[in-house]
Amino acid sequence: MSLLTAVRETLSGFKSLLVGMRITAREATKPLITVQYPHDTLKMPARFRGHVKLVLDPETGKARCTACGLCARACPSGCIVLEGVKREGDKRKSIAKYDLDFTKCSLCGSCVEICASDALDFSKDYNVVSMNREDFSHLDLYKRIDAETKAWAETHPQPAVVAAPATSAAPVAPVAPATPATPATPPAAAAVPVPVIAARAAVSPAAAKATESPAAPVAASALPAGPKTP
Amino acid sequence: MTFLTLEPIRILLYLVGICAFVGGNAAYLVLAERKGAGRIQRRPGPNEAGYAGLLQPLADGLKLLAKQIIVPPGTDGLLFRLAPLMVMAPPLMCLATIPFAENLVARNLNIGLLFVFSFGSINVMALMLGGWASRNKYAIISAARVVSQSVAYEIPMLLVVITVLMMTGTMDLNEIIKQQAHGFWNWNILRGIWDFSAGHIGANPLMPVTFLIFFTCMLAETNRAPFDMAEAESELVAGAFTEYGGMGFGVFFMAEYANIVVGCCLATVLFLGGWQSPIGVLSGGLWGLGWFLAKTYALIMTVIWIRWTFPRTQFYRLLNLSWKILIPLSLVTLLLTGVMMKLPLLWRTIFGA
Amino acid sequence: MIAEKNFVPAPGADPSRPASAPGETFVLNLGPQHPAAHGVLRVLMTMDGEWIQRAEPIIGYIHRMHEKMGENRTWAKFLPNTSRIDYLSAMHYTHAFVGAVERAMKIEVPLRAEYARVITSELNRISSHMVWWGALLLDLGGFTPILYAFDDREKILDLLEGLCGARLTYCYYRFGGLYNDVDDAFLQGTRDFVKHMQPRLKMYRDLVTDNIILRQRLTGIGAISAEMCRKYGATGPVIRGSGVAYDVRRAEPYSVYPKLEFKVPTYPECDSMARYLVRMDEMEESLKIIGQALDQIPAGPFMAAKVPRVLKLPPGDTCYAVEAARGRFMIRIVSDGKEMPYRVKLRTPSFSNLSLYEEASQGMILPDALAMMGSLDLVIPDIDR
Repeated sequence: MSLLTAVRETLSGFKSLLVGMRITAREATKPLITVQYPHDTLKMPARFRGHVKLVLDPETGKARCTACGLCARACPSGCIVLEGVKREGDKRKSIAKYDLDFTKCSLCGSCVEICASDALDFSKDYNVVSMNREDFSHLDLYKRIDAETKAWAETHPQPAVVAAPATSAAPVAPVAPATPATPATPPAAAAVPVPVIAARAAVSPAAAKATESPAAPVAASALPAGPKTP
Repeated sequence: MTFLTLEPIRILLYLVGICAFVGGNAAYLVLAERKGAGRIQRRPGPNEAGYAGLLQPLADGLKLLAKQIIVPPGTDGLLFRLAPLMVMAPPLMCLATIPFAENLVARNLNIGLLFVFSFGSINVMALMLGGWASRNKYAIISAARVVSQSVAYEIPMLLVVITVLMMTGTMDLNEIIKQQAHGFWNWNILRGIWDFSAGHIGANPLMPVTFLIFFTCMLAETNRAPFDMAEAESELVAGAFTEYGGMGFGVFFMAEYANIVVGCCLATVLFLGGWQSPIGVLSGGLWGLGWFLAKTYALIMTVIWIRWTFPRTQFYRLLNLSWKILIPLSLVTLLLTGVMMKLPLLWRTIFGA
Repeated sequence: MIAEKNFVPAPGADPSRPASAPGETFVLNLGPQHPAAHGVLRVLMTMDGEWIQRAEPIIGYIHRMHEKMGENRTWAKFLPNTSRIDYLSAMHYTHAFVGAVERAMKIEVPLRAEYARVITSELNRISSHMVWWGALLLDLGGFTPILYAFDDREKILDLLEGLCGARLTYCYYRFGGLYNDVDDAFLQGTRDFVKHMQPRLKMYRDLVTDNIILRQRLTGIGAISAEMCRKYGATGPVIRGSGVAYDVRRAEPYSVYPKLEFKVPTYPECDSMARYLVRMDEMEESLKIIGQALDQIPAGPFMAAKVPRVLKLPPGDTCYAVEAARGRFMIRIVSDGKEMPYRVKLRTPSFSNLSLYEEASQGMILPDALAMMGSLDLVIPDIDR
C-alpha cells in the first residue's frame, strides 16, 4: 500500500473518530430519557395487559362472571380455578372464588377473549408486590374487586343494602404484605366510581401523594403517583 | 510560622496536599465518569446516594473497605500485597514536581520532566507484578498484554516529549510554563507553528499532531478505552486484577484515575501552558491554579468522553498503531523540529547572511 | 468431552500455524453464564494460547420443550408458546404458526389483517435488529450505542403496547386475523416513528458503522463462505452477507409481501462487516415496507368471518416459512384430525446459524471469534426451543 493511501486512510479514520465524538457530545446535551421509577411512573396505555381482573357490571354492581369455566378450560397454562355459587333469587350462578395462579399466567388473553359474559379484562396493575409466594400463586380475583364493589355500592345506594363506606375514611396506609388483595384506595376514588372497562382514571396529585409509598406493596387499582406520559 | 517555612515541613505539607488531591480526584473522578457516561447515554448516572449522587464515592469506598481481602493460597504473598502499593506510589511522586501555580509546587527540580517519566515507567512493573503474583493464567496473560502495550506506547510518548524539550531547552517544568507566558498563542501547542515573540516560524509546525500523539499515548499508558484490553478482557476471561478483592482492587482503581490525572497535568504543562492564562494577564497566585485545574479537567473530561464513545481495538491493531503509525510519525516530528531549530544557522551557513 | 490426546486438527485449520502438540493446548469453557449478551450458550474451546483449535457449542441450557408442548395443547393454546420461542422477533413466529393453521384450514385472512401483520412484523424486525446491534457493540466494548438503540426500541415497544398490550411476547395474531383491530393512534404513531427513525439510522451510521475502530474489528473477520452456509443451512443475514440473495419473503412469498416493493440487501464479502451491513440495510428496508403498508392498508374487518371456536384441522401435514429477524423460520404441523396437533416441528434459524460456528472459528483468535459470534445474531432460546 502506498504511503499516500496509508496517510489518507489514517486521516479519514481519524475524522470518523471526531465525527463519533461530536455525536456523543450532542446526545449529552439532550434531555434524559429514563424515568426515575419509583419517584415517577408511567401512564399505561388503554390496552395494557396487567393481570386479569373480574369486571363489575355497572348496572347491578356485581361481577358479571357466571362461573361457567370457559376461561379455565381455555387457559394454556391451567392457572384458573374457580368456584361458583347459586345464590337465592338469581337466575344464574355467580362467582364465589376465582383463584388465578399468577406465577403461571402468561398474559396471553385467551380467558379474556373466550369469556361469554365479558366478565374478564386486563387490569392496569403493574405494581403488584408481595413478600410471600402464596399471594401470587393464589391470587383471588374475586376478593380484589371488593373495593370496587363497595365503591359502586356507595354511589348507587340501594334501599336494602347497608353500605359500609370503609373507603371514605382517611386513606388506607400502605398495607401489610400478607394481603395485597386489599388495595390502598386513594380518597379520590371514593368520590368517583372507578370505571369498569376503561383506561386508567387520573389520580389527583394530592391523592397520589397520600398513597405514594414505593417500598410498600401497593396493589392498587390506581397508579400510586402522578402519571407521566413518556 | 517560621516552623512552617522550613523546607522539610513545607514539602511534607505539600505531599499531604498531593495525597489529598489524588485521593479526592480518584474518588470523585469515578463519580464524574459515571455521571458523564450517564449524560452521554441520556440517563442520570448515580443520583440516589446523597444529592445528585455526591456521596456515591463514599458509599463505594465504604463497601470496598468492608470487604475481606482474600490472599489466595499459592500466590507470592509479598508481591501480591506489594503490587497495589507500587501502582499507587508513582502518580503521587510525579505530582510532587508538577507546578500547579507559579509558587505552588512541592519541589521544583530542574530535571522535573525526567523525574516524571522515570516514575511513570514503574507503573508497568507494578501491573506485571500484580498479574504474576496472582497465580492465575488469565491474569498473567492479561498482565503480559499490559506490559507489551505500555512498552509500545512509551516510545512515541518519549519521542514527542523530546520534541517539546528541543523547543523549550529545559526540563524544569516551571521554566517550561514560564516560557509560555502572554497569551494562548504562546502556548507550546501553537508556539511550535509560529513563534510570535520571535516573529518567525516556530520550531515544530506539526505541534498539534505532536500533542495528539502524546494524548493517544497517554490513553494507552493508562489503559483507557479504546486501549483497555487489560481491564476489559475481563469480559471474556478475567483481567489482571482478578484475584484482588476489596480495597486491593480499590487501590488499583484509584491508581488508574491518579495516572489519568498525572497524564493530563503533564499534557497541560507541556502543551497547554500550565498555569498561564490564555489572555496573558491574571496568571499569578490562585488565578494560575484556577487555569491549571481548568485545563487539566478539560482534558480529563475529554478522556472520559472518548471512553464512552468508541469500541475497543483489537490487541494487534493497538500494537500496530503504535509501532507502525505513531513511532514513524513522532520520528518525523522529531526530525522536523531538529531541522527547523537549526534552520537559521543553516541559512546563514549556506547564504552567509 | 474432548480428550486432548485424541485431538485431530480439522481440515480447515489455519495452515500457517503448526498444529500444537497435545500438551500445548488447554480447554477454556466459555460457560453458560456470559457477561456478553448471547444467552445461555456454552462453548467448549480448545485453545493454543489465544488461538482456537476447536470451539464446540453445547446447547440445551434453555430447552423448554416447546415442540412437546405443541403436542399437549390445543391449537389455540399453543399461541403463547410461539411468542416465546424467539422472544426478540415474536411476531414472526406467531405469524408462521397462524399461517400454517390458516393454510391447513384454508381460512381466508382479510386484507386489513394481513397488512397489520406485515406492519407489526417489520416493526418487530427493526426492534430485534436494534437489540442485536446494541449487544454486538457491547461485546466489542462500546457501551453507549446500546442505550441509543434501546431508546428507539422503546418507541416501537410503546407502539406495540398501545396496540395489543404487550411489549415483548405479543400473542397478537389469531387464526383468521388479529386479536384486536389496529387503531388510528397506532397507524399515526407508526408514521411518526418511521419519520423519526431515518435520521437516527444515519446517526448510527456516523457513530458506529463508519467508525474506523469498528471497521477494523469487523472487516475481514469471520469469513463464512456461501458454500459453508449451504452446508449447514444458515439463512438470513448470514447467507445474505455471503453474497446469496436468499430471502423467504421472495423465495416463498407469503402474506402481502408480493405487493410491497423492497430490496434484499446482499453483500458479497462474507465477513462480519458484510453481515453487519446487511442488518443495518434491512432496518432501512423495513422502514420502507412499513411506509408502503401504511399507505396501502385498507379499511375492513380484521378477523375472518367463520373461524370455528374449537379447531380441528384435517389430517395431514402443513408447512409455513417466514423470514424472521434471524433467518428462515419454518413450522411444520402434523394433524391427525384431533383438536391437538400430532406434531409441531420448529425449524429455527439460530440453530443452523450456530452449527457452522465450529468450522468457521477454527484458527481464529479469541476476540475475533467472539466478534464473529456476535455477528451471527444468535438468540439461544431460538436454538434450544
